[in-house]
Amino acid sequence: MSVLIVAEHRKGEIRDVTFELLSKGREIVKAMGGDLYAVILGKDVMKLAKSIAEFADKIFVIEDERVENNAEAYVRVLKRLVERISPKLIIMANSSFGLDIAPCLAMELDIPLITDCVGLKFSDDKLIATKSIYGGKVLADYLFDYGKTYFVTLRVGEFKVTYEKGRGEIEVLPSIVKEEVVNKRFIGFIEPEKGEVDITAADIIISIGRGIKEKGNIKITEELANTLGGVLACSRPIVDYNWLPKDRQVGSSGKIVKPKLYLALGISGAFQHIIGMKDSSLIIAINKDPMAPIFRVAHYGVVGDLLKIVPELTRMIKESKGIK
Amino acid sequence: MNVIACIKRVPDVSEVDVEIEPSGKEIKKERLTFIINECDNYSLEEAIRIKERFGGSVTAITVGSREDEEILRRALAMGADKAIRVDFDLKGDSYTIARVLSEVIRGEKYDLIFFGALSGDFGCGQVGAYVAKILGINCVTFVKRIEYLSGFIKAYRELEGGLEEAYDVKLPAVVTIQTGINEPRYVSIMGIRRARAREIKVLTLQDLGLKDIDIAPKVKLERLYLPPPVKAAELIAGTLEEIAMKLVALLKGKGVI
Ligand SMILES: Cc1cc2nc3c(=O)[nH]c(=O)nc-3n(C[C@H](O)[C@H](O)[C@H](O)COP(=O)(O)OP(=O)(O)OC[C@H]3O[C@@H](n4cnc5c(N)ncnc54)[C@H](O)[C@@H]3O)c2cc1C
Repeated sequence: MSVLIVAEHRKGEIRDVTFELLSKGREIVKAMGGDLYAVILGKDVMKLAKSIAEFADKIFVIEDERVENNAEAYVRVLKRLVERISPKLIIMANSSFGLDIAPCLAMELDIPLITDCVGLKFSDDKLIATKSIYGGKVLADYLFDYGKTYFVTLRVGEFKVTYEKGRGEIEVLPSIVKEEVVNKRFIGFIEPEKGEVDITAADIIISIGRGIKEKGNIKITEELANTLGGVLACSRPIVDYNWLPKDRQVGSSGKIVKPKLYLALGISGAFQHIIGMKDSSLIIAINKDPMAPIFRVAHYGVVGDLLKIVPELTRMIKESKGIK
Repeated sequence: MNVIACIKRVPDVSEVDVEIEPSGKEIKKERLTFIINECDNYSLEEAIRIKERFGGSVTAITVGSREDEEILRRALAMGADKAIRVDFDLKGDSYTIARVLSEVIRGEKYDLIFFGALSGDFGCGQVGAYVAKILGINCVTFVKRIEYLSGFIKAYRELEGGLEEAYDVKLPAVVTIQTGINEPRYVSIMGIRRARAREIKVLTLQDLGLKDIDIAPKVKLERLYLPPPVKAAELIAGTLEEIAMKLVALLKGKGVI
């Protein structure tokens, strides 16, 4: 039995999640026996391959400029490799890149795919993949109904990196793409705009979510932020609604922050949000819903209405500062 | 341009305790309220804006039960021209749904097929890409911005950390839409009521010529369960004043104030 992980890289750098995939892949081959393979595709990827080879038993390197930012060509090349080495399990990241490639590859190979797994283990030779669904409130175990090869994508940031080593062989393979694939043409990357405030530099972050309910309510949280000498940040819906600018967004598609205090107000704690704030020194959450997943990462929590608690808290802080 | 928007109705679990049915295969749905999947609302809006700018038609499609027609009426109230429901109780996986939708779409005119990038319930992110494969057309996922040009679109995909990548994509194509691409219009209850008079075309699997074997799922849901409790937050409780006082004491203790 062998496991194949697909190394993810962007702009000449290996993405961190690749190490998560290697670690989970290693755990499985250790339990089940077999080799851990990795594959890296793209332009000038040999040096990247060398930097991660030691964590795999063998890494396949396919250098081809035409697969770079070209899902269709990428899938063609990957398909050929899978047919050649017949892994029992393919692992990709549940990233923007992974979700662009994985379903197409699964269809091309006619194999079952389970995306966004938070758990993965073999039990009696059956692979059980666990998903976290309904906004993190429910777990679901899935089985693969059939197939020579199973295919999963793993939730980014969910699996521990172990850096366990393998044989570290490198095999260079030719690309099978013969001509340019042009149905979808890559134009370029667009960098996020630099905003007025750099929330990643702040020590105190007051972060608001959809629980704020109305744009007009933001001012009470602004006042709290000012009183504490902190900055206002938010979850994604607040940016989607255009209530705060994009540079205030915390999470996987926003910024990663590690302040001394992260006060989460009316934020449910979706994993895309958690990934952006979980390493804060002190996390306090105020949420109406006692089952909100944010309470799983917060150090302190208040179950209650932020619209009532925030003004009272601001008043008390002002008072305590006045007394001093 | 003719646009198809495939949409889904999902339970809103953001402020409720979820319970599992004894079967272990479903959550208890009786007391839940249902909404249109968040990204699907953005995708419908995008479809309707295209029609308003360039002409053409918008067709909204859902797979589900009679109750799911609620979101089709919403789509009609927003400005969709046509609504189709495939009468099917959603057993199966993403592949099943993609096969069903593909057969419906084959019978329609389209330049663009929109999906929400992910659904708020299971979040598989597969159906759109599968449909593109089945129909043999282009697919671009997680799209945050689109420019419409002749015969193709410029689609801006969302990557991590606020980075985007732009592609020129030949039509017809499947596009999966991410939240924040536009500001969906407000739909009044009256508008949805008025849409009750409009026709919703209902199709069965037989109408689509699909047999069970064609739509056999590839993965199997074994069981649902609630996540085990973890070291959770230390809760601060009391009257409003007590809570605020305890928070101030905590912040002082930690040297924040
Ligand atoms: C590809 C992708 C990338 C994403 N990237 C990000 C990202 O970078 N950052 C991000 O945040 N999200 C991101 N998301 C979205 C994420 O999945 C969630 O939808 C989002 O984080 C939810 O935001 P929320 O917690 O504010 O809203 P909700 O989930 O709606 O939660 C609102 C919370 O407010 C509580 N509440 C309501 N009223 C009150 C009240 N009066 N007082 C106190 N509490 C109240 C509710 O109990 C609920 O828990 C991404 C999604 C996708 C698909």
